Amino acid sequence: MSIFLDKNSKIIVQGITGAEGSYHTSRMVKYGTNVVGGVTPGKGGQKTAGGLPVFDTVKAAVDATGATHTCIFVPPPFAADALYEAYDAGVTFAVCITEGVPVHDMLKVVGTTAGMRIIGPNCPGLISPGKALVGIMPGHVFKEGDVGLISRSGTLTYEVVDGLTRAGLGQSTCVGIGGDPIIGTTFVDCLREFQNDPQTKAIVICGEIGGTDEEDAAAYVRDHMPGTPVVAFVGGRNAPPGKSLGHAGAIISGNFGTAQSKIAAFREAGVPVADRPSEIPALLAERLASSV
Amino acid sequence: MNLMEYQGKELFRRAGIPVPQSRHAIAPDDVAEFLNGVAGEWVVKAQVLMGGRGKAGKIKFAKGAAEGRSVSEEILATPMPPNRQNPAGEPIKSLLVEEKLPITKEAYCAITIDRSTKKPAIIVSRFGGMDIEEVSEKHPESIAKFFVDTAIGYSPFVGRELAFEAGLDPAFRKQFPAILGALYDVFFRYGAKLVEINPLALTTDGRVYASDAKVELDDDALFRNPEFAEWQQALPLDEDERLAAESGLGIRNFRRFDGTVGTMANGAGLAMATMDAVSFAGGKVANFLDVGGGANAERVRKCYELVVNSTDAKVLFINIFGGITRGDEVARGIVEALKTTTSRRIPLVIRLTGTNEEEGRRILAEAGMTPVETMDEGAERAVEIAGRTTGQASS
Repeated sequence: MSIFLDKNSKIIVQGITGAEGSYHTSRMVKYGTNVVGGVTPGKGGQKTAGGLPVFDTVKAAVDATGATHTCIFVPPPFAADALYEAYDAGVTFAVCITEGVPVHDMLKVVGTTAGMRIIGPNCPGLISPGKALVGIMPGHVFKEGDVGLISRSGTLTYEVVDGLTRAGLGQSTCVGIGGDPIIGTTFVDCLREFQNDPQTKAIVICGEIGGTDEEDAAAYVRDHMPGTPVVAFVGGRNAPPGKSLGHAGAIISGNFGTAQSKIAAFREAGVPVADRPSEIPALLAERLASSV
Repeated sequence: MNLMEYQGKELFRRAGIPVPQSRHAIAPDDVAEFLNGVAGEWVVKAQVLMGGRGKAGKIKFAKGAAEGRSVSEEILATPMPPNRQNPAGEPIKSLLVEEKLPITKEAYCAITIDRSTKKPAIIVSRFGGMDIEEVSEKHPESIAKFFVDTAIGYSPFVGRELAFEAGLDPAFRKQFPAILGALYDVFFRYGAKLVEINPLALTTDGRVYASDAKVELDDDALFRNPEFAEWQQALPLDEDERLAAESGLGIRNFRRFDGTVGTMANGAGLAMATMDAVSFAGGKVANFLDVGGGANAERVRKCYELVVNSTDAKVLFINIFGGITRGDEVARGIVEALKTTTSRRIPLVIRLTGTNEEEGRRILAEAGMTPVETMDEGAERAVEIAGRTTGQASS
């Protein structure tokens, strides 16, 4: 098992003939992902270089292939429309890679597409190592195993995973949830899934400053997953205070959102926090040993 | 993108939010011309993004043309003084001349985006005209919040409910739901991240006005309103943002500090972790720099020059997690960048991973740079070099 994604998940790519879409589709296929086709309006009936069918609409793609998952590589002004189209066609799982989606577009999308799981936007996607890769992650860094990983960042995720893999700690599923203010899937959503996944024995949470997602995750671990080995990292201890945070934003989150607040919340929940990404494998091994 | 008061009020006016009669002015002469022969007392306000204008003497009253000119000259004579959030202060480029309202009560309302509930959040307090953070500490009971269901949007009951809950003076109540609705229109129509009226003023004759306007627009939504590109020209970029833009980076991708270890990484998360690693190794960071995707020679050269020319860096730690890019290509890019730059030379410590990373490290070592295998090792080497280097160094 794994979460969200396995070998049988049928995936389409929206924007499959674009530069990014076609490049990453070929990498996903090479990794073994079950990509069944893609969508580019006006190019229906054509085939990609790799022989995948291209459709004009998501509806046509879903009807023909039975796809349940989509990976979206369209420019920011069209991302919300692409998500709505997927939702309307009955897709249940959407990964939105696009960076720079207007935050109001996402407010509307997440408020109106109940039943469709959205990862991102502005995220590297997810991977269930050895099974499937949806997004832009470098597959060779990952290795199948029993550690679940959730992260708000891209390259930092690869850094952490690289360390885990080198230490012999393989992964069940790694999810890059994205760094935007409004995202479809949070740390807590992923924790719930990992909790019910028999393959996942331990969890790494890679957070960063801003928002309260990390604090919420810490509270969830404390209340619902006391026996599970969890290790966290919080990036940005030395980062400048977010200039874009207006006073009205600050008042909603109170004193939350700083690295100190997040680290304190994790420690209070019994989750060790690594000072450096390189410390994560040892902390995790320690927690795994003591939980048996 | 944060708007100036006069720009925010223009959006308010379009939406039907009552704002005082006013004129935007660049020079003292414009103020004098506007006030020539006009009766009553007027307010002249510096147009800046910083708060604390009143305390800094940048809001003054004037009657008639002569006084209008002299107070304008006084305001424009010096920039906004620095405070904790804006250590560099802010230049004053224009003024807003506004009718002076006979105010009896001041309240607060704002709409922002709440990350946890993923909804627009409306915030109202019966205390206005002061820092809302201070209000939340001293009078938490005066603050009422409502999280809007985006499928429904704003409906007047929300304004009524909030007015009662926040204990707004009854004289506000009749006009408040419509004003809040108009504010929601501004928030929604222009894709704002924050719209704030502080204070929302009640006059002695029972009228309600937006006495100030704070609007933060979403940079990612600016393409929908091309007119804002022009508005942006009037806005100050801070020095770091200007430097970043000149080097072809996003304005949030670069920030300076007063340390001596320069940093460059691909991806904001890794860039932050790189800074943290330098701090843990005992060094002081000179900057944050997210080089973004595609670290080619041209991009690397510009970023190198940016760090070398605008910070006190004595060494530059480049941390690239290649992922799917090729390590040897990035290495050639770095070597090429250093060959073509005309800026001063500082030692480079480079951590590089990706396909063909061994080949990449060999290319770097041959060019006299310091390739390292891990982020921690790189941070330690960089701190060591910064510590023993004095003044201008050569690589």
